[in-house]
Amino acid sequence: MKRLFLIFALIATPVFAVQPDEVLDDPALEARARDLSQELRCVVCRGENIDESNADIARDLRLLVRERLVEGDSNEEVLDFVVERYGEYVLMTPTTGGANKILWATGPALLLFALIMGGLYLRRRSQAGEGAGGLSDDEQARLDELLNK
Amino acid sequence: MVTELGHFALILALLVAIFQTIVPLVGAQKGWVNWMAVAVPAATLQFLLVAAAFGALTYAFVTSDFSLRLVTLNSHSLKPMLYKVSGVWGNHEGSILLWVLIVTLFGAMAAWFGGGLPPRLKARVLAVQSAIGVAFLAFILFTSNPFLRLARPPFDGQDLNPLLQDPGLAFHPPFLYLGYVGLSMAFSFAVAALIEGRVDAAWGRWVRPWTLAAWVFLTIGIGLGSWWAYYELGWGGFWFWDPVENASFMPWLFAAALLHSAIVVEKRESLKSWTILLAIMAFGFSLIGTFIVRSGVITSVHAFASDPERGVFILLILAVFTGGALTLFAARANSLEAKGVFGMVSRESALVLNNILLAVSSIVVFVGTIWPLVAEAFFDRKLSVGAPFFEAAFTPFMVVLALVMPLGAMLPWKRAKLARPMKQLAPALALAIAVGALVWAMQTGKSALGPIGMFLGTWMVAGALVDLFNRTGRGAIGARLARLTRLPRADWGKLLAHGGLGITFMGISGLMAWSVEDIRVAQVGDTYEVAGYQITLEDVRQDRGPNYVTTMADMLVMRDGKQVTRLHPEKRVYPVQAMPTTEAAIANGFWRDIYLVIGDPQADGGWAVRTFIKPFANWIWAGCLIMALGGLVSLSDRRYRVAAGAAKSTAQGVPAE
Repeated sequence: MKRLFLIFALIATPVFAVQPDEVLDDPALEARARDLSQELRCVVCRGENIDESNADIARDLRLLVRERLVEGDSNEEVLDFVVERYGEYVLMTPTTGGANKILWATGPALLLFALIMGGLYLRRRSQAGEGAGGLSDDEQARLDELLNK
Repeated sequence: MVTELGHFALILALLVAIFQTIVPLVGAQKGWVNWMAVAVPAATLQFLLVAAAFGALTYAFVTSDFSLRLVTLNSHSLKPMLYKVSGVWGNHEGSILLWVLIVTLFGAMAAWFGGGLPPRLKARVLAVQSAIGVAFLAFILFTSNPFLRLARPPFDGQDLNPLLQDPGLAFHPPFLYLGYVGLSMAFSFAVAALIEGRVDAAWGRWVRPWTLAAWVFLTIGIGLGSWWAYYELGWGGFWFWDPVENASFMPWLFAAALLHSAIVVEKRESLKSWTILLAIMAFGFSLIGTFIVRSGVITSVHAFASDPERGVFILLILAVFTGGALTLFAARANSLEAKGVFGMVSRESALVLNNILLAVSSIVVFVGTIWPLVAEAFFDRKLSVGAPFFEAAFTPFMVVLALVMPLGAMLPWKRAKLARPMKQLAPALALAIAVGALVWAMQTGKSALGPIGMFLGTWMVAGALVDLFNRTGRGAIGARLARLTRLPRADWGKLLAHGGLGITFMGISGLMAWSVEDIRVAQVGDTYEVAGYQITLEDVRQDRGPNYVTTMADMLVMRDGKQVTRLHPEKRVYPVQAMPTTEAAIANGFWRDIYLVIGDPQADGGWAVRTFIKPFANWIWAGCLIMALGGLVSLSDRRYRVAAGAAKSTAQGVPAE
């Protein structure tokens, strides 16, 4: 039974991401490291950032980020450093350059379009009410017919 | 034997579904009453056949029949019974069978309870619903057959992914599917109305309960999934903006929009073509969700079956149904004449704004979800769209929605003045500002997230209360309070749904703004302090469960010398799949959760431990539950039943054509 536990302890990968030995002594630097970790994607995982992932490569990246921070890099410099090596795939926040403008502009542009269309529709509906006295000719005729029955 | 019967029933169900698609549709076109009438027994039969197939598969899982490929791949004889049953839908084939079961169940329910529907509309609705059944039954039989046998059955199965062996997740898929598929009813009604070329108040009244039911199920399903992620994944995240989560969130947003625009159709006979379009879109996004989950084109933490053939099949279903319906819409939408006339400031306008915000925000989620695919295909860029994008691009819509909701909800129909509801809402606004300011003053950091979230949440909850109280009319307070109990259930439903959303807002912002985290190595016997709590790692021992081995810690949480709670976080290893899972120990509280995780043994004999203090965590799911409850209360409003009865009597008065 004991041996069984040992075997499982060996095959088991770590169950949580950031390990105690990674944590930096300086709380301000550590906080920046955590923020940056949430901005970087674990390249072998499915949509997890390196802060959440317990894959080995995520750990390596976390250590790399901390190393750069300790050496005095700014947050941007750290991100650039990682992007240079792994490509923009690692950025959780897509850049605003090139075709990504479409991505970022979709929300505001669509909202503007929808508001204009909605506004025009509302104006049509509210103006439709001003002229008519309530019933169209057909409706009036039908009403008369019903009343005269 | 049972398996073969199930397989056979499934094939028969496909034949019945084809019959039910064609005959009533022709009958409705030609006005042949008995051709239309066959839809009802056919719908019942179709449901019973699929239920039989589902029963057969469940039987195979429960009895651990490893001659079935699917059971071998997803079950194990030692697995607890609950997970043997939930294993039926914990995989691609079984879950799609559950999906079809629900399609046919909804179809059958429309047949059983749709007595008041005009016979022509009813025949068409059932035919369209059955067409969806045809598509998915064919999908199962041709690409994802759950009843395939193995030539050489193994002695035992390969077990279900241990992450899925959890009560929260056992019931998460059925609720989600009830929601997704519930929207198929709204779709069927929309297409039937387009064929008919006629949408009126009665149509709105028929569609609304189905949409409401679908929305309630989606709310519960999404809430369960998020709650599961919170306690199971071991670091207390509750929403990841993962493609699969987005797949369920988009239909939820559309369903919420549809729910509100159907009110306008029902009460004011306006927004007809828009409502039809929303109904098509809502189900279309359910299908897109299915496509995203099943095809594996977008990698995600929980995509289950990456199979291009299946992906193509679903894409085809999506193209036929959504494309067909949209074409029909383009051809017929003009014939849906709008009747209602209303001013720029009115309940109608407020609901238009609600629809714009919900629909556009849903499309933002959609574009963000598929953007990595588009960028790679057209711009040759491999990139990621992660949570920070969605938080930046989606949240503003929800902030605006929260700001205008209490006001819009109180505007009268047709023509309104803003001054009156603003005056009535003044106390709610004052309270919300006070809460926001208090929170701002009390918090240690200078983050705006917490105060803004609390302000918006309070504003929504207080606004919903003012709205309800306002419905009691004028007079002395006592008389008005007495009148509260006699208000229609729909008013109470509105209070709960709107207030619940406010509570969820407070939960999300509180959790995100003030969560405290601590990671350290603790020796057995060590005491450490996190956010005012003294936590002692008293013991770590090893044990075994039915199909796993566990490392369990015994941790004492004290505050000011008094015991708060004793928690037992676990780390489990499931030998069959050689996979570790964390079982965080959580002390749920009204204001905060204490969330403990035990990690790996360290070289120096200590243990890695992670401690979180998560303020307002439970508010997120409490809000979801309250929203869902609001939907159920609305659903029970007697006006639906009265209306159903009234429609029945007039329908009988019309001579059969």
